[in-house]
Amino acid sequence: MSESAKPHHPSPQGKGEKTHASDFSYVGIDAILEQMRRKAMKQGFELNIMVVGQSGLGKSTLMNTLFKSKVSRKSVQPNPEERIPKTIEIKSISHDIEEKGVRMKLTVIDTPGFGDHINNENCWQPIMKFINDQYETYLQEEININRKKRIPDSRVHCCIYFIPPTGHCLRPLDVEFMRRLSKVVNIVPVIAKADTLTLEERDFFKQTIREELRANGIDVYPQKEFDEDADDRMINDKIREMIPFAVVGSDQEYQVNGKRILGRKTKWGTIEVENIGHCEFAYLRDLLIRTHMQNIKDITGSIHYETYRVRRLNESNAHFKSQPSDQPAVQPKANGQPEVKPSAPQANGVAAKHEVMSHEM
Amino acid sequence: MASSDVARMPEKAVRPLGLAGHVGFDSLPDQLVNKSICQGFCFNILCIGETGIGKSTLMDTLFNTNFENFESSHFEPQVKLRAQTYDLQESNVRLRLTVVNTVGFGDQMNKQESYQPVVDYIDKQFESYLQEELKIKRSLHNYHDSRVHACLYFISPSGHSLKSLDLVTMKKLDSKVNIIPVIAKADTISKSELHKFKIKIMSELVSNGVQIYQFPLDDETVAKVNTTMNGLLPFAVVGSTEEVSVGNKMVKARQYPWGVVQVENESHCDFVKLREMLICVNMEDLREQTHTRHYELYRRCKLEEMGFQDTNPECKPVSLQQTYEAKRQEFLVELQKREDEMRQMFVQRVKEKESELKDAERELQSRFEQLKRLHADEKATLEDKRRNLDDDLSSFGKRRAAAQLLQAQSLTANGKKDKDRKNSGFM
Repeated sequence: MSESAKPHHPSPQGKGEKTHASDFSYVGIDAILEQMRRKAMKQGFELNIMVVGQSGLGKSTLMNTLFKSKVSRKSVQPNPEERIPKTIEIKSISHDIEEKGVRMKLTVIDTPGFGDHINNENCWQPIMKFINDQYETYLQEEININRKKRIPDSRVHCCIYFIPPTGHCLRPLDVEFMRRLSKVVNIVPVIAKADTLTLEERDFFKQTIREELRANGIDVYPQKEFDEDADDRMINDKIREMIPFAVVGSDQEYQVNGKRILGRKTKWGTIEVENIGHCEFAYLRDLLIRTHMQNIKDITGSIHYETYRVRRLNESNAHFKSQPSDQPAVQPKANGQPEVKPSAPQANGVAAKHEVMSHEM
Repeated sequence: MASSDVARMPEKAVRPLGLAGHVGFDSLPDQLVNKSICQGFCFNILCIGETGIGKSTLMDTLFNTNFENFESSHFEPQVKLRAQTYDLQESNVRLRLTVVNTVGFGDQMNKQESYQPVVDYIDKQFESYLQEELKIKRSLHNYHDSRVHACLYFISPSGHSLKSLDLVTMKKLDSKVNIIPVIAKADTISKSELHKFKIKIMSELVSNGVQIYQFPLDDETVAKVNTTMNGLLPFAVVGSTEEVSVGNKMVKARQYPWGVVQVENESHCDFVKLREMLICVNMEDLREQTHTRHYELYRRCKLEEMGFQDTNPECKPVSLQQTYEAKRQEFLVELQKREDEMRQMFVQRVKEKESELKDAERELQSRFEQLKRLHADEKATLEDKRRNLDDDLSSFGKRRAAAQLLQAQSLTANGKKDKDRKNSGFM
């Protein structure tokens, strides 16, 4: 019943923001931008960042530096124990922060124990599981009949992966982790404690890392395939030339040239965190927060989450098809706990195992 | 799964935190707005009103374009809806506007079913969105949202009260769409009548429990103006695309011998208020209400109707997928059963037919035997007869021979040789 669109342009003359415009060609459609902004400010934003890396690489400090407040777990826990946990733990802390009327619920997800053990095989699994669990929660809420007005978004938007500054190349652990996780979440690799590398070493290291990423087919954020148009590609190409960012974090201020700035004071000089000549923290901050935050959230929501959803829905289909007589009631999870709901795939690494199990049943 | 378990620290209550410097996420709303600009917006208006009441003209005036509508006849047998989509652009904002008009509303003799096509149309849009949402491979951000965001209900300027058709239709629609009633052709009502008319309309709506769209009051920047406007509902509008020169300007107006009704003059009609409320202030809220209230209601009803539920009798959450699969299993089992039944029936029938045919065959066989016997009997009888006949013939022959011999003997005994020769010549 609908006819094709016909382009009709009202003369776009109206510049006056408030209405009662006496120029009759002004309709006021562009006022919707203001309405959207108002709605966004009222609703607030949510951001979930995960930090992954060996202990001692400065993850918590970097988070504190990024958000200029004590958002990391160490700062929140009253008596931080410096032990390495026996198993990889996933700990998330949420804060409400506000800037110029924009409210944001920031969740920092920490992964103490990653890469710290002697045998680090499969250390990505709990992390994969956590990420998939968040997708699962969101999916469950979305397919509910009585669902909330605004589904609380606990999906991990961005995962910052800390590469130790060896100066040589990526370690097998790094490659494995990034390879598996780049398919489910946006990964932003950073070179931690970059003040141990000279500028030449840093450039060489970055180049090696980029080559290795390319060789292994690892697509880190910003992913090439999700560039929307030529402008996007241009901007993102520049960023892709610079990743991984070599960062230094600090939450202590020092006096330099009469100004108080964040930095690290050593005997041979003060490293200014926000000085582009010293380290690339400012680029990271701009990428993550000032320019690409919405894009990161969009890619998580519309691409990673949808991929998970497709896989999950197809999987339940296949699962039910292979068991025509069984009630979809009990299906043992990989770690042996019976569950009422069909269990989510554990991790990419064990997806095959899961399917084998279901066929054996 | 190797070495690791997942231990989760109980999530602390979210605490507010102060920032020690400028972080920069205040640009988030801008990032969001930029993305929306790239994507474009979508808005769908449904206009319900009698033929000739000025719907198309008002749309033209509102969006300052010529939507190329043509007048409809008054003799439509049924209410139909006509939807047209347009791409508008103002500064850097692209809007895909769909205007749906009713055709033939209020023209029929029997108006009992007039509202039905409208309700069906709205439901159909919800349904197609729901289908898209339930798909496995879906692309919601590319999806052209055709759900009706605002419904302008045109009230005839009778000056007395609402018609019963109006009440019935609005009552059916109020839980499905945001209704904004407008008084059409407001230049036929005087100011005092208008005031009374508006009060009458609002009180009738309230007493009949019709929930029209209220402009939202929760955002303080617009709460004040929205409250005022809420009190001025329904807006009395006049539409016109013709321009008349007033003073030294060309304005949109309607020219009468007794004066000029200026569309954008606030003391003449409420057109500017309508435009401001509909487009400039609350467009986003209309879209949001449609999605979060009306669409969710539709979705809930539809899914419950299909038999899904959120929790099963043991109070454990049941996923949609699970219920769907359970239903599918049920259906498949049912199908299997039916198939088996049919197969049984088929086998049965085949057996029956087979036995029937066997019987027939046997019968045929027995008849054949019978006939054969009959035939043999007949043959035997005939044989007998023939034998008898042969016997008779032979005995007759014998007797004749004997008689002849006797005669010959008797003749020779009498001695009449001439008679003998004559007799032998005769025989």
